[in-house]
Amino acid sequence: MAEPDLLGRRLLFFTGKGGVGKSTVTAATALLAAERGKRVLVVEVDAKGNLTEQFEQGAVGFQPREVYPGVFAMVMRTEDSLKEYLKLNLRVPVLGRLGPLARVLDFVATAAPGVKEILTVGKVCWEVRESIEGRADWDLVVVDAAASGHIIGQLDAPRAIQELVAVGTVRTQTDWMVELLSDPALTALNIVATPEEMPVNETIELVERARAELRVPLGAVFVNRVLPELFTRPDEETFEALRRPESGAVLTERAGPGATTVLEAARLAVSLRRTRATHLTRLRETVDLPMVYLPYLFVRDAGLRVTRMVAEAMAQELGL
Amino acid sequence: MSPSGGESTAKGLEPLLATKEIVVFCGSGGVGKTSVAAAAALTAATRLGGKVLVLTIDPARRLASALGLEGFGNLEKQVPPEALKEAGLEPRGELWAAMLDTKRSWDDLVLRHAPDEETAYRILENRLYTNITGRFVQSHDYIAMERLFDLHATGSYDLIVIDTPPTRNALDFLDAPKRMAEFFGGRLLRWLTMPYRVGGKRGARVLNVASRPFYQLADRILGSEFLQDIGEFFVNFQSMYDGFAERARAVEALLHDRRTTFGVVTTLEGSPLREAEFFCEQLIDRKYHLGALVLNKTLPDYLLSADGARAADVLVAEAGPVAEALAAELPDAAELSDTARTARVLRTVGDSFRNFAVVAKREAELKGELARQPEVVANVPNFEIDIYDIAGLARIGEHLFA
Repeated sequence: MAEPDLLGRRLLFFTGKGGVGKSTVTAATALLAAERGKRVLVVEVDAKGNLTEQFEQGAVGFQPREVYPGVFAMVMRTEDSLKEYLKLNLRVPVLGRLGPLARVLDFVATAAPGVKEILTVGKVCWEVRESIEGRADWDLVVVDAAASGHIIGQLDAPRAIQELVAVGTVRTQTDWMVELLSDPALTALNIVATPEEMPVNETIELVERARAELRVPLGAVFVNRVLPELFTRPDEETFEALRRPESGAVLTERAGPGATTVLEAARLAVSLRRTRATHLTRLRETVDLPMVYLPYLFVRDAGLRVTRMVAEAMAQELGL
Repeated sequence: MSPSGGESTAKGLEPLLATKEIVVFCGSGGVGKTSVAAAAALTAATRLGGKVLVLTIDPARRLASALGLEGFGNLEKQVPPEALKEAGLEPRGELWAAMLDTKRSWDDLVLRHAPDEETAYRILENRLYTNITGRFVQSHDYIAMERLFDLHATGSYDLIVIDTPPTRNALDFLDAPKRMAEFFGGRLLRWLTMPYRVGGKRGARVLNVASRPFYQLADRILGSEFLQDIGEFFVNFQSMYDGFAERARAVEALLHDRRTTFGVVTTLEGSPLREAEFFCEQLIDRKYHLGALVLNKTLPDYLLSADGARAADVLVAEAGPVAEALAAELPDAAELSDTARTARVLRTVGDSFRNFAVVAKREAELKGELARQPEVVANVPNFEIDIYDIAGLARIGEHLFA
């Protein structure tokens, strides 16, 4: 299978079901790119505030701040995005009047599809375009995007707006966004999953829907928390022999009363792996995207160390 | 009758499920809310009796079909008693299940609250309406609570168990009724729709839009046609305000009612657990009844055993000699004759124990750090197989009632 040319693009979105480690994979991608000499903007859209934790840094705002050498993080705020947009495009002096405007925005956004989304995706696209045209200097923009249930709505916003809005500034502005978002040389939507039933289901469904409804090119599926395969087939026979009572007696004599517990733990590990393997197989057989496997990490805590470990595993998988 | 044979001490979630009428399970994505909710309902139906309904938002397909929920639709269906018996259960009561069909629930709501049929259909046909019901972030949240209210009001069930929709913020659904009422009653809405309302009772034509700076600005950005769509939509929707506001207040009152309790579900991982703690705090601060904390998918305690750790160390450090001893003492075991292989397997086994022990220790530490927790804390182990049938749910249920 061809390796995804992941870091060669300019704009990478990461989505996935809640709880699969989307933020960790996003952060690891940013870190990996930065260590390969790129200047990276990483954008947290879901505003859970845990993206910067992956770098062991405090919260950031709408203004990007360097959280790791070469990695700049920002949190998406639609109000700030609107403010910036109005300042840049309409030259409207809105600073003092943003209070009511923000409320109106909140309101319109509630009813009109895509208003909030366009401010989110628009800002991201704008940073990429500015960089391509030399007015900003991000080599790569990485987005911790909406979860799989909301990602289509988010990335489809420019098109949804095109359908609803016949004229006006917004209409003319969505054209270049659609173009940028659908260019496979520039943009990719990546999906993070774990080898479990629901994340795999959602990945399969999302790939189908994205192909049918979105023009944004799909990148790779990042399969996170893959448990190690403990034994080869012959090794497994030996393991089964070790679990027999007479072997247990010898092992207890040699290694103490905990020996059988240790064997039980290994049996648990084997069957956990096996259950997950069926989902992994289903994913591989259904989805024809490059798969990037990231191991389950047996570590005590989250943080920069974990981000580094994931980035290293990713580098190996991608052959970087 | 308790399953352990006549003991009267109710344990785990049992007293909650026996005394409350509504149990709302919440927690962040991926923690297993749906299975826990289904298992709680099943176990209540089998052990406590009565008519129990599980209202589920987005079940895994295999779980949905185990509950007999194929396809879409809002109707509640009884899980066939034979299906429970096949799983080795002797149900004392009935288990019912329903899924949430957001679009249909919204349509029902509009039909109910609109002042007349004409308005109702004008709303249902508005092209913004489908977008709102489909994509509106709080739309799921609100409709789930609304449906819960409806089902409870029928009085058909002794207990309703609901799992909450997967949202960015697990708290959103609590605010949904209030926000919905504010949304339709706000001055902002009146202001925004003013140009559309002055044009007569159909309110369709845009008048003097250019006279106000906001409309002028909005017009430049969005175009007047789009604004008109929005305006029309709001004007029509606002006609439902009274019904909506009253309903939203009733839904909120029900969630605060002493017959309602909340169960927070989490795994013992940093970020879901932090969210669960935040959620527990919020529930208490907002005076909801926090009934239980369910720690789901936890690793077995034996991974923390000191004997196990010692044995793992020996197996790794002395894999060779131990393999030799095995071959010598069990000459008939052909699988143990290759001592190099046996040594490799022993090292792997020991390493694997150490690896999982690290994770188990982390879980234990996180559990120890839990500050504010409810009286009832249930532990559900990480099952080696996926739970997708009645028998599997019953296994979870055993731990919920333990």
